[in-house]
Amino acid sequence: MVSRRAAAAAAHTEPIFPAGSYDVLVVGSGPGGLQVSYYLSRLGIDHAVISADPEPGGMFRRYPFFQRLLSWTKPHAQLAHDSTEYERYDWNSLVAFEPEHRGLMPGLMDGSSEFPSRAEMEAGLRLFVERTGLRVRYDTTWQGTSREGDGYVLHTSAGDYRSRVVIFAVGIAEPLLPDTPGIEHAAHYADTREAASYADRRLFIIGKQNSGFELASGLLQWASPIILASPRPAKLSVNLHSLDGVRARYIQPWEDAELGGGVYILNASIERIERHADGLAVHTRRSDTAEPFVAQVDEVIAASGFRAPLLDLPQVGVSVFGRSGLPAMDNAYQSATAPGIYFAGTIGQAVSGLKKYGIPANSGAVHGHRYNGRLLVDDVARRWFGIERPRPEVAPEDVVGRLLASATVAPELWHQKSYLARALSRDPDGVIRDEGIVSLAEYVDASGPDGVAITVETDDSGDIHPAVYVRRRGRVDGDARLDSSPLHDYRDAEHRAQLAALIGDVLA
Amino acid sequence: MNQAEILDALAGLALFSDLDRPQLEAVAHTMSEEAFPAGQRILRQGFSGSGFFVILDGEVSVRVDGSDVARLAKGDFFGEISLLLGEPPVADVVTLVPVKALQLAGPDLRAFLLAYPPVMYRMLQSVSRRLERANRRG
Repeated sequence: MVSRRAAAAAAHTEPIFPAGSYDVLVVGSGPGGLQVSYYLSRLGIDHAVISADPEPGGMFRRYPFFQRLLSWTKPHAQLAHDSTEYERYDWNSLVAFEPEHRGLMPGLMDGSSEFPSRAEMEAGLRLFVERTGLRVRYDTTWQGTSREGDGYVLHTSAGDYRSRVVIFAVGIAEPLLPDTPGIEHAAHYADTREAASYADRRLFIIGKQNSGFELASGLLQWASPIILASPRPAKLSVNLHSLDGVRARYIQPWEDAELGGGVYILNASIERIERHADGLAVHTRRSDTAEPFVAQVDEVIAASGFRAPLLDLPQVGVSVFGRSGLPAMDNAYQSATAPGIYFAGTIGQAVSGLKKYGIPANSGAVHGHRYNGRLLVDDVARRWFGIERPRPEVAPEDVVGRLLASATVAPELWHQKSYLARALSRDPDGVIRDEGIVSLAEYVDASGPDGVAITVETDDSGDIHPAVYVRRRGRVDGDARLDSSPLHDYRDAEHRAQLAALIGDVLA
Repeated sequence: MNQAEILDALAGLALFSDLDRPQLEAVAHTMSEEAFPAGQRILRQGFSGSGFFVILDGEVSVRVDGSDVARLAKGDFFGEISLLLGEPPVADVVTLVPVKALQLAGPDLRAFLLAYPPVMYRMLQSVSRRLERANRRG
């Protein structure tokens, strides 16, 4: 006999989102997938979310390897945690329209560090799902894709899902090994063992980006020597003005190398790895002089990055590029070659935007892509469901103040410098409208009504300042920068005068 | 593209044809590969902070004040003039089809050319050819 409780439990566990047709499909339950599902739900767009994982979290269910994030959340930032302004100091919470769902991360952190632990981050994502009522069908693995009419069929472990619009938020999560001869003797970063097991081991790390330095940092007290090698010299985030460089958290091995303490940093290509009686021989060649050098070690770890696990998407028309196999996309994160296929989350870093002075946006991190997701969903809403963004009217006397307030406090502009912008435009009838947060590349390259976009930029000297892009007669012909400010507050008379002089003819 | 394919692609471009394998590998790690949809500007007339680009695949139009003045394709490069002169680009470079290109950050061009004199020589040859053509036309 089936008890009433068992029957209720069975009903409760009845899988949501059964195989079938949906207006939109989202694949993935990491931060990227959850954030776009949130935006879709708030726009009232029917969609199903499927995930191969048993619960939310994506890569944070396992990484970072040493269990402490690189992205900060500062609980005491002189701002209420439920304000949008606070998002500038909280890189890890997903974002929401409702104040009560904002800034969830600081409430989950134990106060020992401004960098949350992996477990705290995972808990934050779980809490966001619970609070905002997101629904995901877990344990459902996307296995393949085919085209059908003007849509797609996703073949999954739970049957076929059909839709015209599919948003893949599957991360850049598939370990990528270089094709160096003998690479089978190396472990990938993803297969690094518990730190103590490297005690007294001679370690060779392929790669000098953050993951390589993260490993060296975490294994500093165990392995010796530690050799880090790759063709390109390592660069620091503080010199590159971006997260592309080695983060301050991980530069201890660098100091060790500079002081001769048992860490060695080589600029060399790795030619082959051979196994000998005495361990592994890593054959390298210096990038500058082409001189050979052989390192005798016990272990080789390839911190050589990850690929986007796009399965058979190239076979349905998705063009990919680069080592990480990223999709080519437009500024709304739609495949450049397969209409209706979008990519959310870290894969969005393939849309490079203006990349001024070579400085990339932060789309590879939660605090960047959580805003990109809004642009993506707004494009889906407009293009596929005829839902236009609201364009509230702005009084002429408020234009300058609104733009400078954005440049001073808008988290989208501070986290996605030279990439996202606030735009105001003038309709043919003279009414000024707030276009909201837009893609700067889209704004400057697409024609449209006269108007102004403001963003925050870092120049090659590292100076941060507002930058202004004025569209006249449908075209943006250049940029103009406002002066920087010691504490990055641009809401004073001097900046008002500078901005007014630049845009007076367009938004007077 | 895997590592070997990227190196083969680089070796096949005139600009990098004098480099040996370790140098090509260093170049592949120094420049980032980017993809641009059709109809987007890669270089923008009058904008600060531009970069140096080498086309891997696709075709672009060079436009001055909106007028098409040249077409560039695989192996061609652009952006160097404004970087060498320290001035914003005087032309737009607009993709005609989806384009894949290697990008070098503008502030890195000087060190890059000094590190690889054969690349500098090839670039000089190419710029000289353009100058010669312009002189003939003039």
